[in-house]
Amino acid sequence: MSLAEKTAPASGPAPVFVSLDGVTHAYGTSGGIPAVEGLTLAIRKGEFAAVVGPSGCGKSTLMKLATGLQFPRGGTISVAGEVVRRPVKIAGMAFQAPTLLPWRTILDNLMLPLEIVEPHRSRLRTNKAEYVERAEALLEQVGLRGMSGKFPWELSGGMQQRASLCRALIHEPDLLMLDEPFGALDAFTREELWCVIRDLHARRSVTVVLVTHDLREAAFLADRVFCMSARPGRVIAEAEIGLARPRDLEVTYTPEFADIVHELRGHIVTARSAS
Amino acid sequence: MNERMLLKAAPWIFTIGFFLVWEAVCIALGVSSYVLPRPSAVAQALWDYRSQLAFHSAHTLWMTTAGFILAVLFGLVMGMALGASRLVHAGTYPLLVGFNAIPKVAVVPILVIWFGVGWLPAVLTAFLISFFPIVVNVATGLATIEPEVEDVMRALGASKLDIILKVGVPRSLPYFFGSLKVAITLAYVGSVIAEYNASNFGIGNLMARASADFNVPLLFAALIALGVLGVVLYALTAHVEARTTRWAQRSQFAAG
Ligand SMILES: Nc1ncnc2c1ncn2[C@@H]1O[C@H](COP(=O)(O)OP(=O)(O)OP(=O)(O)O)[C@@H](O)[C@H]1O
Ligand SMILES: [Mg+2]
Repeated sequence: MSLAEKTAPASGPAPVFVSLDGVTHAYGTSGGIPAVEGLTLAIRKGEFAAVVGPSGCGKSTLMKLATGLQFPRGGTISVAGEVVRRPVKIAGMAFQAPTLLPWRTILDNLMLPLEIVEPHRSRLRTNKAEYVERAEALLEQVGLRGMSGKFPWELSGGMQQRASLCRALIHEPDLLMLDEPFGALDAFTREELWCVIRDLHARRSVTVVLVTHDLREAAFLADRVFCMSARPGRVIAEAEIGLARPRDLEVTYTPEFADIVHELRGHIVTARSAS
Repeated sequence: MNERMLLKAAPWIFTIGFFLVWEAVCIALGVSSYVLPRPSAVAQALWDYRSQLAFHSAHTLWMTTAGFILAVLFGLVMGMALGASRLVHAGTYPLLVGFNAIPKVAVVPILVIWFGVGWLPAVLTAFLISFFPIVVNVATGLATIEPEVEDVMRALGASKLDIILKVGVPRSLPYFFGSLKVAITLAYVGSVIAEYNASNFGIGNLMARASADFNVPLLFAALIALGVLGVVLYALTAHVEARTTRWAQRSQFAAG
């Protein structure tokens, strides 16, 4: 069904949603070498993009630039057709650490974005029940049914990570930024969450940018994978993943999949040896 | 007796033991009551002067509480300003540290010159001596928000005020309540110092007079009253802390 949804508006390629053009950024303290230099990439609306690259190459920096949390020294960044000059307000973010607020229950943690983002912010008080229902539904989708009254410390790491994903999604952002969200999880939980993210992406027209070290993860989830060079980071290769959707975990054991991963690996090896 | 009961009884056993040893040493060495009165003599003094002690304790308690409340209000506002703005932090921190380093006994005479002998110097000394730990702790709680949490908030379009109210303030509560335990004890020291030097009421003043009369048992009785009052105040704030910030003790959140 998600396949039909995806192919329906294919009258032309979807418009570009996130674009970075010749972006250079250096942190003040890092002695002159830029974190990213001449970084150019374009992600289409509704696309699932993955970014891979050696450690320290500027992937997290890319996320911060695209969301307006950092401003580039040079180049232009635009999101949803607008040049980014301040934090973008339409993004949901999740990191390697769950970053839930320990004094709030899971439900209240999920409510946090709604307390900030308009129009929810002004509607929240009067439509509380409706939003609580939405949060509960989201929790159920990620397998956290009945956990809404618990505090983060009462949940396992994997469960906290799921809750953190829900928090990134609750306000139905147009842009979902995931920075190694599954990095700290065991292999089984990770694959389970791949499917959660896959289904969430299939259900809504959200644009996803996923930073990861795991090439299988990138190949399984993404429509397109960007490989970055070692610092200063730029995009050295771009791979379109042609695997049909919806994808089943079984696909990761096919020779076709192995070839894709192998090709990506080749790019990373080149990037690492070039440094 | 099992271990839990033993733990519960331990404070009483040790306190009573302390006084018994004290009594025994005084008898064994024949210490004069002008040097170190026996606990039984102190207990007698406590009973004899009970109405005076109660009256002056109440006065001290009142001075301490007033100064402490001032310190809490000022500490919260100042701590938030310091934690929220790096400019304010950079500008005022050296001044605060310098001020905190001044022994407050030295400030009492100035307060007396300004306000005369009475309740105001006691309240102000209690305030001056106790606000610093509150400021530092609230500021720390605010300034150490995890950058990733801040990123999450800012990417949602949260204003600085949103971040402070929704993350900074709840996050600094354990730091704040932790500092109250320290501050209440300090406030108490402050009010007694001021009463000793410049007041007609309070335990401090009672001690000053007892000392002039060489009434050593009364001096010690006043000390005991001070100690008991201090424990009660500490226990109260510790109780409030435990009630309000349970999450901080359950998660591995490090409060300073
Ligand atoms: N706040 C900062 N201040 C100074 N330098 C920074 C800062 N953040 C990142 N850097 C530098 O910028 C470079 C890119 O960092 P970034 O965090 O974007 O890398 P990354 O690709 O996300 O790495 P990893 O895969 O290990 O998470 C690094 O070399 C790092 O030292
Ligand atoms: Mg990173």
